[in-house]
Amino acid sequence: MIEVEDAVKTFTVRRRTGRLRRERTERRAVDGVSFTVAPGEFVGYLGPNGAGKSTTIKMLTGILTPTSGRVRVAGLEPARHRTALARRIGVVFGQRTTLWWDLPLRDSLTLIRHLYRVEAGAHRTRLAELTALLELGPFLDTPVRQLSLGQRMRGDLAAALLHDPELLVLDEPTIGLDVVSKATVRGFLERLNAERGTTVLLTTHDLGDIERLCDRVLIIDHGRLAYDGGLARLRATVDADRVLVVDLARPGPPVTPPASVPGVVVERVAGPRQWLRLPRSANAAAVVAAIAEHHEVVDISLGEADIEEVLAGLYRGDRPYEPAAGRPAGGPAT
Amino acid sequence: MAWYAFRRHTAYPVSALAEALSNVAFGFIRAYILIALWRVRPSLGGYDVTDAVTFCFLTQALIGPVQIFGGMELSERIRSGAVAVDLHRPVDLQGWWLADDLARAAATLLLRAGPPLLAGALLFPLRTPGPGLLAAFLLSTLLAVLVGFGLRYLGALAVFWVHDDRGLNAVQLVLSMFFSGMIVPLVIFPGALGEVARALPWAALVQVPADVFLGKRTGADLAAALGFQAAWAAALLLAGRALTAAARRKLVIHGG
Repeated sequence: MIEVEDAVKTFTVRRRTGRLRRERTERRAVDGVSFTVAPGEFVGYLGPNGAGKSTTIKMLTGILTPTSGRVRVAGLEPARHRTALARRIGVVFGQRTTLWWDLPLRDSLTLIRHLYRVEAGAHRTRLAELTALLELGPFLDTPVRQLSLGQRMRGDLAAALLHDPELLVLDEPTIGLDVVSKATVRGFLERLNAERGTTVLLTTHDLGDIERLCDRVLIIDHGRLAYDGGLARLRATVDADRVLVVDLARPGPPVTPPASVPGVVVERVAGPRQWLRLPRSANAAAVVAAIAEHHEVVDISLGEADIEEVLAGLYRGDRPYEPAAGRPAGGPAT
Repeated sequence: MAWYAFRRHTAYPVSALAEALSNVAFGFIRAYILIALWRVRPSLGGYDVTDAVTFCFLTQALIGPVQIFGGMELSERIRSGAVAVDLHRPVDLQGWWLADDLARAAATLLLRAGPPLLAGALLFPLRTPGPGLLAAFLLSTLLAVLVGFGLRYLGALAVFWVHDDRGLNAVQLVLSMFFSGMIVPLVIFPGALGEVARALPWAALVQVPADVFLGKRTGADLAAALGFQAAWAAALLLAGRALTAAARRKLVIHGG
């Protein structure tokens, strides 16, 4: 469904260096990324802000032309066949809307039917289906400007799917949504992928989206592919970096981790609060018990290191990354 | 598609009415200035007082449809990056915005053109064209809308390069106010300045439709007037196509 081969996108950034002089520097937003996505896959595309996610997506949908490399989506070269491709894919941006602010949702959707030349009968069936699944009924006749973010997002999803695309590209679809709306959107995407076999490419900063939905994860950082593989393996990497936060009764010097649990380090001390990094295999309970023996512990919490930290680690090569067997690995990742 | 754009542009009738009232008020200010001018210099530029006053209210009525003050929703969408959404639609960017603009022009013609003409006609004797002339005028207005779109589309696309369109808008506004005939009719521009002003695309926005309405261009001259507008419309739309292609090549979508 998607083939990306050594795609590069560079932007020229001009910087003022003197009164009139400008310096031109080239910035590689995407730097030699390769991957393929098979029909029916549900792939998460992650990376910190500015890593090149949106740039990649825009190359996939044909609104940016790659500087070099080869991109094919649904058998088409996106930049050259932008409009033909647009009829076959759906795109949703969490931060922007494809709907018309001043029109009722129903009219926006009808307008989109004309844009995509969906036949009226097919449109009716499809709209009824999407209305039921996304619970659009109560606000179909409300102007879009009056919708809540969660309702608007569901409206946008319906708009992207009315023409029954083979591929759905989602750019942070759950950003800013409350727990209930997130659950609705995730449940819907899951069904779409499972029942209709729609291929989905999802970018997000929300680990919950990834855990619930993605069979496979691509991680991009500094324009390069840093990870391509299953979620289980990523989780193993993520779990390697659990963080234990201990609140002591009084401020003091860093606690001494127990010798019985190797690999535990105190990362940070701020007043009575201390952060300890634990390897995946470490027994957290034993660490807590050992500290409690020597200090008065008020509170503890055990959390997972956030994803961006893991990403940065992956990219720096802290943990050597070997590509999954049988799947082309992107770029020079290590 | 245009029908929905029309619905969108008629969604706020009260605002359109307010704008029409402002067009009426300025119509009277301009009318009295022009009357004063024509009292001193009767038959200036081949117009008599009635022509001048009719010109005034007619051009006030055209402000909305040809959007003489410039500006386009597209430039804001480029600035904010929302144009990415437009580019994800299976349509041509220029065609899409042209459809929207034609609908906008139709909506403003309905909502905003009536009041200035009506108010002017109540207080002054105005020229009224016969059905043939009226048809020619409507055609000329359509061409004026196309020229207006062509100019504004180029201005909006420039935001792909300049990132902020305020300076550009100010220049465009001065050019279009002065060279369209909105400040004073182009027919009174003297000598070479007049020749140049009447050959520039802004003349096609207001001066030409008004001359057609006033019956100043008939027969072969009428065909020449419409041809002049059509030529500018075609040139500007083609330039818009070329610039769209250039913009897509260098495209930087702002804000992720």
